[in-house]
Amino acid sequence: MKRTEEKLIVDGKRLDGRKPDEIREIEMKVGVIPNANGSAYVRFGKTIVVAAVYGPRQLHPKHLQEPDRAILQVRYDMATFSVEERARPGPSRREIEISKVMRLALEPALFLENYPKTVVDVYAEVLQADGSTRVTSINAASLALADAGVPMRDLVVGLSGGKVDGILVLDLCGKEDNYSDADIPMAFLPRKKEITLLQMDGRLTPEEVKTIIKNVLKAGQDVYKEQVKALKNRYSE
Amino acid sequence: MPKSREIVIPGEVVGSTKTGRASYGTYVDGDKIISKFVGILKKKGVYISVIPLSGVYVPQANDKVIGIVTDVEKFGWIIDINSPWPAFLSLSEGVDEFVDLRKVSMTRFFDVNDIIYAQIREARRGDIQLTMKTPMSRKLKGGVIVNITPSKVPRLIGKDGSMVNMIKEKTRTIIRVGQNGLVWISGEKIDKAIKAIKLIDEKSHLYGLTDEIKRLLSE
Repeated sequence: MKRTEEKLIVDGKRLDGRKPDEIREIEMKVGVIPNANGSAYVRFGKTIVVAAVYGPRQLHPKHLQEPDRAILQVRYDMATFSVEERARPGPSRREIEISKVMRLALEPALFLENYPKTVVDVYAEVLQADGSTRVTSINAASLALADAGVPMRDLVVGLSGGKVDGILVLDLCGKEDNYSDADIPMAFLPRKKEITLLQMDGRLTPEEVKTIIKNVLKAGQDVYKEQVKALKNRYSE
Repeated sequence: MPKSREIVIPGEVVGSTKTGRASYGTYVDGDKIISKFVGILKKKGVYISVIPLSGVYVPQANDKVIGIVTDVEKFGWIIDINSPWPAFLSLSEGVDEFVDLRKVSMTRFFDVNDIIYAQIREARRGDIQLTMKTPMSRKLKGGVIVNITPSKVPRLIGKDGSMVNMIKEKTRTIIRVGQNGLVWISGEKIDKAIKAIKLIDEKSHLYGLTDEIKRLLSE
């Protein structure tokens, strides 16, 4: 694992002045793309994602159709200007993988069986990347799906946890992400606390993993509250 | 500022099966009734339902819809009814008289881009059959089409058609509302009618909408 000379946590304060269990400033807006059936803008600190949902709509090519349910297609894409060094456009190995885990994280929340032979398209565009982009994209996609009127069991909340300088933290920013001991992106359905995404990069003891999962589920309630606020605000001007 | 109706979001508990019954837009988990949509909570007796504020049109039998002919086939027409699935209008359901296809072309009755007002005869698993054999069904000539959210059609029509009749009278237009969210308008002050319809689409969740529309129309 790569290490920097400088410490990432000094006197219990992180690079951006946060406490270890503090999440970044969150901004959420719903209905930002008029042409899409549903859309959302989500910002976690310096990470910005815009998600758009189209459908349920007709699916071509026909062989992809399922006779008893709709399928979900997710595309996670990083804009070329989203990172410091220009990102090559087009789906990379990493983007294809994240698209898939996002789809698996969102699918359990949807009633796809109401729309046979159709497709729900989710496009998540990362405009600015500063760590935890996949969970930010999941939050944006969840809001966009709700805005599109796709029937849902629950919203999906994403939040990352990890270990930086031997301390367990929440919501990693870009630098922490790069030089962390470990990071765990998580997504879950907040009402029943069902986990739909759980990945880990790095080394942790079983106890540390359990603690992080517990912390993320707890702090995720704040993210959930922000989602609720964003959805209700849309109709209360 | 007009007061908003109670808005619920997916996953929000809206009632209990002990006191209420789950109706449209909700699902049951254990003894809880939970919303599926971002929508307006509606309680009618024991029935609890959620009217979604967005979403696509899901065809149901006996709905009256406005459609646009997208293709002419051998024995019928493919109709776009603003839903995820295309609808089919067969020759026998579309035309009353006997048609000798050796002598007359199908396009004599309906051609591509024609607008029709028809009823859904059958809707199963994405297989949608239309019929024109109902009194109100006809081809709509001229006019313009406006798109609104399908779940807001009842709001546009109003109680016994009060809202749409008011727009019709005040703007001297003919309006046909399809259950699928397509609205056909023809007549004098089309611009004003479109403005009113768009306003209803945007502010359907607010109280006092009728007065606002009245004010807009009498300007």
